[in-house]
Amino acid sequence: MALEVMAQATRPIPLDIAFRVEPGELLALVGHSGSGKTTLLRCIAGLWRPECARVVVNGAIWLDTIAKIDLPTHRRRVGIVFQNYALFPHMTAVRNVMAAMDAPDRAEAERTLDLVNLHGLADRKPAQLSGGQQQRVALARALARRPQALLLDEPFSAVDRATREKLYGEIIDLRRHLAMPVVLVTHDMNEAQLLADRMVVIEQGRVVRTGTTAEVMSDPEALRAMGIREIAAMLPAIIAEHGVDGLSRLDAPTGPLFLPQVEGAPGTRVRVRIMAHEVILSRVRPEGLSAQNIIAGTIARIVPGVGPGAMVHIDVAGHEILARITRRAADQMALVPGDTVHAIVKSMSVARDHVARAPSTMKTG
Amino acid sequence: MDWAALWLSMRLAGWTVAILLPVSVLMGRALAYRQFRAKGLVEALVMLPLVLPPTVFGFYLLVAFGRNSPIGDLWQSLFGHQLVFTFQGLVVASVIFNLPFAIQPAQRGFEAIPVEVREAASCSGMSPFASLWKIELPLAWPGLMTAMVLTFAHTLGEFGIVLMVGGSIPGETKTIAIAIYDRVQGFDDRGAATMSAVLVAISLFTIAVTYWLSARVGRRLS
Repeated sequence: MALEVMAQATRPIPLDIAFRVEPGELLALVGHSGSGKTTLLRCIAGLWRPECARVVVNGAIWLDTIAKIDLPTHRRRVGIVFQNYALFPHMTAVRNVMAAMDAPDRAEAERTLDLVNLHGLADRKPAQLSGGQQQRVALARALARRPQALLLDEPFSAVDRATREKLYGEIIDLRRHLAMPVVLVTHDMNEAQLLADRMVVIEQGRVVRTGTTAEVMSDPEALRAMGIREIAAMLPAIIAEHGVDGLSRLDAPTGPLFLPQVEGAPGTRVRVRIMAHEVILSRVRPEGLSAQNIIAGTIARIVPGVGPGAMVHIDVAGHEILARITRRAADQMALVPGDTVHAIVKSMSVARDHVARAPSTMKTG
Repeated sequence: MDWAALWLSMRLAGWTVAILLPVSVLMGRALAYRQFRAKGLVEALVMLPLVLPPTVFGFYLLVAFGRNSPIGDLWQSLFGHQLVFTFQGLVVASVIFNLPFAIQPAQRGFEAIPVEVREAASCSGMSPFASLWKIELPLAWPGLMTAMVLTFAHTLGEFGIVLMVGGSIPGETKTIAIAIYDRVQGFDDRGAATMSAVLVAISLFTIAVTYWLSARVGRRLS
């Protein structure tokens, strides 16, 4: 039930891209606006036809410009959440969902709305709903189509930050119910890292890098266009307790982590994004330091960059922490693989939206 | 009061609206969504009746529909009578003359639908026909409503073109507007005043109903 996409075009933008998404997998297409990622989603949905393209879903050919096969949009089982939701303004939330069903059934439509945490608002019109609620209706409508491919086009860009953090958690929870390939288009690297299994980085219509989220997010070459400061490691953790001073203690395989107030009850599994440029390395365990998190590990490898920087991969109990330091510092400290170092992470360097609920099936080590 | 003339005018307006409703949906939709080379020309042709004097327009219709014209001959062979100076001829003229009043508002109505909403409809599995029926018509309804009311009211009041292609045959082509003119010519000011007042009342009523309906639809949509 995989989704295979190949597209080549010269208009409206030069494009030459191919990728594959497995069933149940969430692939993030990341790139700046104008890089061609939304155009690709439109190609999968049949809303845009490039000069040369092939879209195969679950073994069925939706589009093949060589074999001259082109299924019209309404005959492709595709669920799409548009950037501005594009709800039907004259229909209530539940009617919007029913409009995408093969056999409209109000009870089932309401169950789908429950699935996206929209209780008791079934009879509201889109204009009476907040941005986040409209986003949920759009998602419910996309799911009601029973799609063989789910496409999310910058779905979180039009809501405020607090709502966005909540929606991340809901998408992560919802994925247990999703057996189809999911494609997320975004320019937000934090969002991509928290939600995606694999990533395709697109620059000016071409694939710069394809790989697992961990591979791509630690590769300075892949992230040159998106910003090297986006490089980050991801640690699994469990919320242990919320301190009275506003700091939360999390148990990670790397030891305890103290972070500013994390959403969620003790016992909740989360993932924490640790920005590589925020990490300081020390040969000895420092004392008298304000930083609350000092994590000891072994250097796995050091990758010098083309500029003044170097990426140090540190292995901590089978998990990786990334530290982007200067090459000068690496030389001065004479760091080599196998050395023990202490990674220093300021609590305040971990932003609220860099912590997200973990998928329920995920192992925490 | 010439009730026959009023009834004729109402029938003429009714037929014109009935014919122009599907035409305005198809043409208005095509002009709203599609980009094609001759679009500007088509839009200009549709607007032409708005600026041409009814007499000029009526003259060309007479030439086009009259005896020895291809359309006139075809009509004659199909129905056994000529097209000009008949009710059917009046309907044809009225339909053409009302094109701008029907198509313009319909086109604006369809243009007001965001393109993503139409795309969402097809992504929800709706065929083009289902999308038209369930999504586009309900959303373009205020525009279509305006189109039909304008057409109806405008047909009631049309004078010059009716006189040119219809003449003034009682019960066949003598509309209320022509009847009023006749009364004035015959110094029957009372009759003219009564019929004018009735026409004003009907026109006011139809326009008031449209405003009321479109306000209701507006509330329903927001």
